[in-house]
Amino acid sequence: MSRRLLILAMFLLTALAPARAETLIASISSHQIQITSNYTGDQLTVFGLVERDGRTASRGDPYDLVITVRGPRRMLLVREKERLGPIWINRTQRRFPDSPVFLSVSSNRPLSEILSPDTALRERIGLANADRPPPLSFDVDAPLARFQAGMIRMLEEKGLYAENERGVTFLSGTLFSAPIEVPATAPTGPYEIDIVLYSGGVPLARQSTNFEVVKTGLEQGLATGAHERSFLYGLATVALALLLGWLASVVFRRD
Amino acid sequence: MQIYLPIAELPISILMVLGLSGAVGFISGLFGVGGGFLLTPLLIFLDIPPAVAVATVAAQVAGSSMTGVLTYWRRRALDLKLGGVLVVGGIVGTVLGVLFFNSMRRLGQLELVINLSYVTLFTIIGGLMLYDAIRSALRVRAGQPGRLRRQAGTHPPWMGLPWRVRFHRSRLYASVIPIAGLAVVIGFIGAVLGVGGGFILVPALIYFFRIPTAVVVGTSLFQILVTMTGATMLHAVTNQSVDIILATLLLIGGVIGAQFGGRAARNLNVESFRLLLALLILSVGLRFVIELVVPPTEPFSVILPESAR
Repeated sequence: MSRRLLILAMFLLTALAPARAETLIASISSHQIQITSNYTGDQLTVFGLVERDGRTASRGDPYDLVITVRGPRRMLLVREKERLGPIWINRTQRRFPDSPVFLSVSSNRPLSEILSPDTALRERIGLANADRPPPLSFDVDAPLARFQAGMIRMLEEKGLYAENERGVTFLSGTLFSAPIEVPATAPTGPYEIDIVLYSGGVPLARQSTNFEVVKTGLEQGLATGAHERSFLYGLATVALALLLGWLASVVFRRD
Repeated sequence: MQIYLPIAELPISILMVLGLSGAVGFISGLFGVGGGFLLTPLLIFLDIPPAVAVATVAAQVAGSSMTGVLTYWRRRALDLKLGGVLVVGGIVGTVLGVLFFNSMRRLGQLELVINLSYVTLFTIIGGLMLYDAIRSALRVRAGQPGRLRRQAGTHPPWMGLPWRVRFHRSRLYASVIPIAGLAVVIGFIGAVLGVGGGFILVPALIYFFRIPTAVVVGTSLFQILVTMTGATMLHAVTNQSVDIILATLLLIGGVIGAQFGGRAARNLNVESFRLLLALLILSVGLRFVIELVVPPTEPFSVILPESAR
């Protein structure tokens, strides 16, 4: 009897243990992206190791990795053009408060092969799910979904949203690296990186880290000047404009 | 070569901005219009946030009209007295326009108002000017004087209203009321559309008051210089949306372009001047018509409210 219990306990352990058996160790090539005068975007590399201890059972399914980067949050306004008589105008709009302005989802193979749509929804994986709040009711808000799809499409076009299904490379069975492209239009502020390890559609381990995008040097000086000494900044701009205008009339004067 | 704009928060090609502002500056020097109505949509098209585009173009227009004002001043083609009346009227109109702008923004219909006003203003003004230019060209061909001359002792009825003032440089003796009224309307439109209003002022002064073209251009540039200097300060203090690096690039291109435009204007006869200005204004209007009428490929647009920056 006790022997049976022990076997049961061990079986349960091996079944439950995976959540703890693998550990993700990850880091990022830089924790700060500095915006200087010649800044045209940057690339970071997330790299790490899936650490297994001796007790880890060997798995039939290979490891999968999904890396989600969420940028600073802002209020986004999405408008839809509709026909009104002969013209097309923006008639309806939806607010998406507190939405990440930058979103990048990288994985080692297509998300649909890694996990089921239900899991993706629950785990907030993929562009459409990454920022969806947990549904409060069972009402399907069809217009909202349409607006959200439109928003994702527009932001993907601008390069601010990206889904890269070959973005994570396993260098060995357990060693991985993933480049993260930060376009020049990505806003300044904090960025969060969530790394989740899957196997057979089941999350095994998680790790998160972060980086920030900041203006430095002249760029920072001008931006803070514009906000904190706005009157002087305005005077300086006007003076510069009039000076250049006067200079041109002197330089080009012929008579 | 790219440079990062600290307020617009994106990198932009230096050569492209210089070329663009040079071309717009040429047009602005040629016609005595600020050029804001061309430059602002172009910058928005390059992904620069609308608020930054409008505010920065104000600075650029101030600088390039400074050049023009000095040039016309030396050629004695600037009526300070008329300019003063226009400035005072323009300030009143701008205040009214800003109030209207803010109330439309609260109602969420600002974009529609802007688009529709661009369409109606540009097509109507451009169309009228084109019609007039073609008609006078036909008259010239028929051997008649191209333009009905102002006869001694005759004048349109609005010039005879009370408070008549003599404007020597403009060879005008007319009531202040319609001139100030025109300036109020233009200030109002300028504040709502974020343009200097030179493209309305120039034809209006030529058609309604028969002022010599050269004086109209110089005086219009003076009015634009004053209002746009004020607008730059207002934008810098209230919205912090003036990008000094972008403004510098636009200015360098703009002032150089305006010089060549000003030279070219001297070699251009009045008829073709009016025809070209009409076609330019009409084509901008038609561009907005197309945007309104053609079914959009992407019905959605995403806006980052400026306050969130």
